[in-house]
Amino acid sequence: MRRISKIGNWFDQRLQLGAPIRETMEHPIPRDTASWFYVFGSAAMTVFGLQLVTGILLALIYVPSAGEAWNSLQILNHQVTLGWFIRALHGWGSNFMLAIVLIHMVQVFLFGAYKFPRELTWILGIVLLLMTLGMAFTGQVLRFDQDAYWGLGIGASIASRVPILGPPLVKLMLGGPIIAGETLSRFFALHVFVIPGLLMAFVGLHVLMVLKLGINEWPMPGRLVRRSDYLEKYHTLTHTDGVPFVPYGVWKDAVFSGVILLSIAACALYFGPFGPSGQPDPRVIQTAPRPDFFFLWLYALLSLLPPELETPVLLIGPAIALIVLLALPFASGEGEKSWKRRPIAVLAILLTAVALGTFTNLASHAPWSPVMDASTAAAIPSKFIEGRTPVEIQGALVFQSKQCHNCHSLGEIGGKRGPALDAVAVRLTYDQLVRQVLQGGGNMPAYGKNLTPAETTALVDFLETLHPSGQAEAQDASLKSGAQQ
Amino acid sequence: MSVPSGLSRREMFLKVAMLFNGIVGVVLGVPIVRYLLSPVTRGVKPGYDRWISLGGVDQFPSGQTRLATYRNPVANASDGETADIPCWVRHIDADNFQVFAINCAHLGCPVRWFPQSGLFMCPCHGGVYYQDGSRASGPPERGLFEYPFKIVDGNLHIRAGELPTPGSPIATRGSLITIDLKRPPCAG
Repeated sequence: MRRISKIGNWFDQRLQLGAPIRETMEHPIPRDTASWFYVFGSAAMTVFGLQLVTGILLALIYVPSAGEAWNSLQILNHQVTLGWFIRALHGWGSNFMLAIVLIHMVQVFLFGAYKFPRELTWILGIVLLLMTLGMAFTGQVLRFDQDAYWGLGIGASIASRVPILGPPLVKLMLGGPIIAGETLSRFFALHVFVIPGLLMAFVGLHVLMVLKLGINEWPMPGRLVRRSDYLEKYHTLTHTDGVPFVPYGVWKDAVFSGVILLSIAACALYFGPFGPSGQPDPRVIQTAPRPDFFFLWLYALLSLLPPELETPVLLIGPAIALIVLLALPFASGEGEKSWKRRPIAVLAILLTAVALGTFTNLASHAPWSPVMDASTAAAIPSKFIEGRTPVEIQGALVFQSKQCHNCHSLGEIGGKRGPALDAVAVRLTYDQLVRQVLQGGGNMPAYGKNLTPAETTALVDFLETLHPSGQAEAQDASLKSGAQQ
Repeated sequence: MSVPSGLSRREMFLKVAMLFNGIVGVVLGVPIVRYLLSPVTRGVKPGYDRWISLGGVDQFPSGQTRLATYRNPVANASDGETADIPCWVRHIDADNFQVFAINCAHLGCPVRWFPQSGLFMCPCHGGVYYQDGSRASGPPERGLFEYPFKIVDGNLHIRAGELPTPGSPIATRGSLITIDLKRPPCAG
C-alpha cells in the first residue's frame, strides 16, 4: 500500500494533477441537483466514449474505398468474429447518442440552465449537437450501400440549390464530379478524424465550463436570475446547502450511464447491425432509398412542402433555427428558470416534439411515394371485382397494367400518393372521371396519350362501380335540373 | 538619446517573429487551400463533361425507352461500380433521341420507366414525368435532365461526366419547365 502511494506521489509531483482532480471531485453542488434529471450530459459523454472505442475497432477492418467498402462491411458482418456485434454497438450507440443529446438539450432548456452565466455552455452545446448530427450523417455514408449512395445524391441536390455557390459546393462535398471514391474518402476523413477531433475538444470545453461555473441549481418557481447577484446567491446556495459532487451526484451518473451502455448492448444483440442494404451500384435502380431514423422528419418535409417553398425553406430554415438557438441565452439570459412558470418554453418543446414526431411517423409510411411494384405485385381485393361485367373487369386490368395502382389504393392495397378509389364513383361523375383520367390535374399525370378510347371506357366503367352498395354514384346536377324543366 | 516610446527591443522581435510566421502561414496555407479546392478548380477548364459512347444505335429500338449505362469519363480504379452510371435512352424515331439522366430533378433519386403508362416515376418523393421527360406531377420543379447526344458512325454518344443536380451544367442547358401554380386544386 505504501509503495502504491509512493508511486502515486512520484507521478503527481511531475503531473501536478492530483489537486485539481481532488478539487473537481469535492466541489460542492446544490443538494437538489444530485438528481436523476441531471444524468443525461454524462450519459452522452459515456456513449461518445463507446463510439470512439467501437469506431476504432471497426476501422481495423473497414476499407474506405468506394469499390471495397461494401465488401468489407460484409466481412465484418459475416466473417470476423463478433464483427456484427461491434457494428451493431456502433450503430445503436449512434442512435442512443443522438437521442440522449436531444433529451439533455430539452432538460437544459426546460430547467433554464442556459441563462446567465452559462450562455456559452449552451452555445457550445448547440455546436456539439450539430457535430453529433454531422457524425450521424457521415456515418450513414460510411455504411456505403444503396441508401448511402442515393442519400449523397439527395445531399448534393440540396447543396446545389444554394445560389451561386451551389455547384462548387457540390463538387467540394463529393470531391469530384460524381459520387465515387473521393466522396467516400472525404466522408471517412470527416467521420473519423475531423469531427471526432473537434467533438473531443468541444466536449472537454463544455465539461470544463460546467465544472468552473457550477452545475445549474434546481429551478424554483419565483427564484429569478439576475446578473447582479446570481453568482453570489449560487455561491451561498452551494456552500450552505451543498454536497460534494463525489459521491452524492456522481453515483447516479454512473448508474444511468451503465444502464444506457447495457441497453445499447441489448439492442445490438437483439436487433443486430444496421445494413448494409444493397450494393452501392448506381445501375441497380430497383431501390427506394430511405434515410436513417433521425433524418426521417426531413424526408417527410421534403415530400410535403409545396415545390416553390422547398428551396427557401431548405436554405433559410436551418439558418433561422440556428440563429434562434444561438440567440436564446442572450434574449432571455435572466429571469425565471422554472418550466412551471415558462408556458411558452413548454409549448415550444411540445410543438417541436409533436411536429418532429408526426413527420417521422409519416415518413415511416411514406404515403407520398408511389408503390413502385403495385402494378405487378399488389392484388385488387375480390370485392371490387365480383359481379362486374367483362368490360368493367377489363377496366380493372387497365387500372392494374397502367400503374394506376402505384398511386391509388383499393381496399388499403396499393399506393397512397393519390386518393383511395374505394368510393371514387360517389365523388366524381362519369364525365368527371373521364376528364380526370385523360387530362390529369391536381397531382395526377394526364393519361390521354397512353390510353386507347376502348381502354379509357373500360377503366371509367370500372371506376364507376366503385361505390359502397347503399350509396348512389355521383350525378351531374345540371343534367338533372335540365330533365325536370 | 531619446527612448522610443512604446516599442521595446523585445516587443519588436516578437512582432517580427509574428510577421515571419504570418508569411510562413501564407506559404503553407495557399497550397493547402488550392489542394482542398481542387475538385472545383479541376472542373473549371475544360469541365468534367466528355462525349461518351452508349453503343450502337441498333440497341435502342425505335419508339422504346431503354436503360443504358456508361463508365464515367472521370473515374479511378477505386471508384468501383460507383462510376458506372445509368441513363434512360428514348429512341423517338430515325435520328431523334432523348437521353435522360437517371436522377430525379427533385433530389436525385433514380427514376424508373413504366412503358405501359409511359411515365417515369421516382420512388423517393413521388415525382412523375411523361415519356418526353417533361414534368407530370409531384415535387420536381422541372422536367428530367437531358444529356446532349450525337450519332457518330452508328453509335449513340452523349455528353456526360457530372452528377446531374439542379446546379450542374446539364440543368442550365435545357429549357426550364415552369409550374403553373394557379392550377385548380385536386379534382379527386
